[in-house]
Amino acid sequence: MSGVNASGWRPEMGSAEAADMATASGDKGLMLEEPLIFELAAPGTTGVDIDAPGAQPLASLGKFLRKDMAALPGLSEPETVRHYTRLSRQNYAIDLGPFPLGSCTMKHNPRLNEKVARLPGFADVHPLAPQQTVSGALEAINQLAFWLIELTGMHGVAMSPKAGAHGELCGVLCIKAALEARGEDRKVLLVPESAHGTNPATAAFAGFTIENIPATDEGRVDFAALEARLGPDVAGVMITNPNTCGLFERDMKRIGDAVHAAGGYVYCDGANFNAIVGKVRPGDLGIDAMHINLHKTFSTPHGGGGPGSGPVVLSEALSPFGPLPYTAKMPDGSVRLVEEENATEMGHSQAFGRMAAFHGQMGMFTRALAYILSHGADGLKQVAEDAVLNANYVLRSLDGELDAPFGASGPCMHEALFSDANLAEGFSTLDIAKGLIDEGFHPMTVYFPLVVHGAMLVEPTETESKAGLDRFIGSLRSLARRARQGDPALKSAPHFAPRRRLDETQAARKPVLAWKGDREA
Amino acid sequence: MPRYFTEDHEWIEVDGDTGTVGITDYAQSQLGDITFVELPEAGSAVNKGDAPCVVDSVKAASDVYAPVSGTVTESNAALEGEPELVNNDAETGGWLFRLTLSDPAELDGLMDKAAYDEFVKGL
Amino acid sequence: MRYLPLTGADRAEMLGVIGAATVDDLFVDVPAEARLPGPIAGLPMHASEMAVERHMGALAAKNVSAGSAPFFLGAGAYRHHVPASVDHLIQRGEFLTAYTPYQPEIAQGTLQVLFEFQTQVARLFGVEVANASMYDGSTAAWEAVAMAGRITKRKKAVLCRGLHPHYVGTVRTMAKFTGDVIDYRAPKLEAEPDTAGVISAIDGETSCVVVQYPDILGRIPDLAAIAEAAHAQGALLVAVVTEPVALGLIEAPGNLGADIVVGEGQSLGVGLQFGGPYLGLFGCREKFVRQMPGRLCGETVDAEGKRGYVLTLSTREQHIRREKATSNICTNAGLCALAFSIHMTLLGGEGLGQLARVSHARAQAAAARLARVPGVTVLNHAYVNEFTVILPGDAREAVRAMADRFVLGGVSLGRLYPDASDLAQGLLVCTSELTTDEDIEALGAALEGVLA
Repeated sequence: MSGVNASGWRPEMGSAEAADMATASGDKGLMLEEPLIFELAAPGTTGVDIDAPGAQPLASLGKFLRKDMAALPGLSEPETVRHYTRLSRQNYAIDLGPFPLGSCTMKHNPRLNEKVARLPGFADVHPLAPQQTVSGALEAINQLAFWLIELTGMHGVAMSPKAGAHGELCGVLCIKAALEARGEDRKVLLVPESAHGTNPATAAFAGFTIENIPATDEGRVDFAALEARLGPDVAGVMITNPNTCGLFERDMKRIGDAVHAAGGYVYCDGANFNAIVGKVRPGDLGIDAMHINLHKTFSTPHGGGGPGSGPVVLSEALSPFGPLPYTAKMPDGSVRLVEEENATEMGHSQAFGRMAAFHGQMGMFTRALAYILSHGADGLKQVAEDAVLNANYVLRSLDGELDAPFGASGPCMHEALFSDANLAEGFSTLDIAKGLIDEGFHPMTVYFPLVVHGAMLVEPTETESKAGLDRFIGSLRSLARRARQGDPALKSAPHFAPRRRLDETQAARKPVLAWKGDREA
Repeated sequence: MPRYFTEDHEWIEVDGDTGTVGITDYAQSQLGDITFVELPEAGSAVNKGDAPCVVDSVKAASDVYAPVSGTVTESNAALEGEPELVNNDAETGGWLFRLTLSDPAELDGLMDKAAYDEFVKGL
Repeated sequence: MRYLPLTGADRAEMLGVIGAATVDDLFVDVPAEARLPGPIAGLPMHASEMAVERHMGALAAKNVSAGSAPFFLGAGAYRHHVPASVDHLIQRGEFLTAYTPYQPEIAQGTLQVLFEFQTQVARLFGVEVANASMYDGSTAAWEAVAMAGRITKRKKAVLCRGLHPHYVGTVRTMAKFTGDVIDYRAPKLEAEPDTAGVISAIDGETSCVVVQYPDILGRIPDLAAIAEAAHAQGALLVAVVTEPVALGLIEAPGNLGADIVVGEGQSLGVGLQFGGPYLGLFGCREKFVRQMPGRLCGETVDAEGKRGYVLTLSTREQHIRREKATSNICTNAGLCALAFSIHMTLLGGEGLGQLARVSHARAQAAAARLARVPGVTVLNHAYVNEFTVILPGDAREAVRAMADRFVLGGVSLGRLYPDASDLAQGLLVCTSELTTDEDIEALGAALEGVLA
């Protein structure tokens, strides 16, 4: 025979025995640890090539000149790309698998949205550029505004709020302004106990006192209790619909009518709009203001915590008080910005003020508009139907495995709510959540809403395939069983994530909020 | 020194017209690891039922109610660096604040230790 | 529809499991009159990716992008060169489509980035701690005023004349609802900011003095003097930085006595985007940390003793404190903070210094050219990369006329202060490392042309 394996390479399967061994690097295969940038390089370096300035600074700057550069390292491009790529691999994301966070609507973020948002005509335009040079940008905002008004059946929309909570503030301030215009000083806002924390925080900021409205055994607002409380001191109600238990408030229209009859206004938290978009118009149910989370219903990316965008649709009663600036379509078809200087001329002299610099989260507007145009009226209706179908599928598939406190009262909307009843002594919702991490999923929303003990709120969204849902349901069934039987391994989950459970007590008792490695004595 | 308890799990130990206020061991066990305590300033006036003090755990912030009315004389400075004192020693070293009572008659409405222990059993 | 994976067969099977005949049965709780029978009338139906691209492309094509013309706009939104790797990295799905890191075991990527970001911002600002970002500079400025009020228990905030008018508008709007009294007067076309005037407005009722640095006209206030005066009265100094690149050249506000430093981080990594999403920066002295709004990321260890990061001090926030929270804010500017941090990582403090020097040198060149335009004077004694020129006539007209000549020649003060006739001749001119000699010559020629 010719040469007998000169290179010496003889592939072997090796043993299948698992080895729990340490490595010299600390990395294990594709599980990569990554230090801080401050540990990778010392200050004084830079990874950008910048031309020489060509001139000394102005003499008049002399006394202002910074004496020491900010003590921060600059990494070369290869080091930078590697650092952030390695960090990214320690994150779960929608792109990896189901992200069933109730109330967050973690749907697929279409890449077309990213592409159009980056067109130079949108991305590389200054907000104060002369309006004649940005007519297309103004038109894009106006088109989105039109869609939001049509989808909700409302009269006007404030586009400037920067996020959902900011939008809540906008709506509540419109209500306050409307009351002032009527010469009334109503101090109380009624808020269901199940409300998201931003609701009372927002109301308190605006100077209102919050009173809780109790829920019925069927998880909905107790209409009788609410009606009994209405009076000349009640400015209105802040209601989430569908509510935070994932249920549609059947009495929504009656609530609106009663509140209006008593001289108040209805603020609707639109976080759960995904359940009804394109199929139900909140305006038909008598609301006065509703914020829309573009980063929920309209797919703009969550980006690890933000940015968001929270436009607020307004009724005819509240529209006059909407903040500046906003876009308006002129008789000749062009779109203008309405700001402080032309507000009166444009018939909008009662704006409660300005909520932020410039005119809104344009980068999210273009993404949301692309999403809406892609789906159209029929696609959006399908979104709501599939979202609700998926949630009910999860709800019923877990019959007998997890307690569903409102499961008997009828279908849920886009999210299914479970409690920790039936779990073994010493086992909690937290253990199921951490167990889900080991199963390869992001946990559902836990311990919210507060009205259910050990709440688990599952929102699959419409972009989850049936196969994906079945896998998730299978894992949740397994975890529910283990929690009911008291499997001790759950108490120390997760075992397979980049980190085990983290010591949040230490982080709160002795906060370390910045790197100090070069400053220790 | 006589010690009284509220249904909201505060205790007050009275010496003349000075009261020392804290939360009970039962309360600290329900709260979990305590991470921070917001204490009232000396000289501040409190009415019975006010919340001059807040006890933070990682995921919750709990108001501590004044069992009686009076004027705060001092707060437990040790808690600033060691909030865990409230977990480890809620009923002595983990005391929260002291006050001069303005209306000792308010003590009549509070429970003694036996009554409080019964109360906790029923929860 | 390309984003909806369920098939007709899936839906039928799932309805079977649920025990419903049609999906409408699941909407039984919606009153019949509110349940629409079909897609909302009058709206277009779904469209292909190609069609949507065409539609959006047509809208975008109607706008003059900053890169396609000589560009000199600033006034709170700045154009710098963002290295190519920044946009690639932020588009990784694990960053783009991740959520707020409430489950830290599977969010260490986001959390470590936030820890690095907080450190970068704190060091840039010369303070001890910074949060994980706010919506933008203007809302951060308001939150700083609110925070100063909580700390000092006072209700009067003094805003320096040189604070961006949109920031003033935001603060004034919010203050209407909290009862804070705002002391503010519009700026004057003077070469130096009115330090004496600001100091004389501080008294024993003042919670804070808010000073933009550099200010709206590009001038540089004497923060140290204002800090001393504020502290003497028990008030806090809040510094507002709308162009963080300037801090590569001039001293950090924290090192000059500022107690709270806020700013707009957009100029690094984020891009102009017609006004948003932007990036609120918020830093302060460590002793005030429990009064800070917004999310905070802290270092800790896991059950195996490995270093890790978590969101911390959450009891300040709305989801726990509800009506007693430091702010109602929930979302931060996550992806923008990531972009800023990556850009800052590439630059380093050293690179930021070089960037600032080049941007400043281009401003000097632009000022020299404009000073040669008949009738035009440069106002500022000192500036970093933005300064004010005074034109012989209305600056707003001049800006529009220059735009017709395809030059984006700056922001007129009339655009920012439409009611202030004494400012009508002022024009803000901003440069960066992207400004070329050709751009400067084009600006000079265009201005000469429109003024002739």
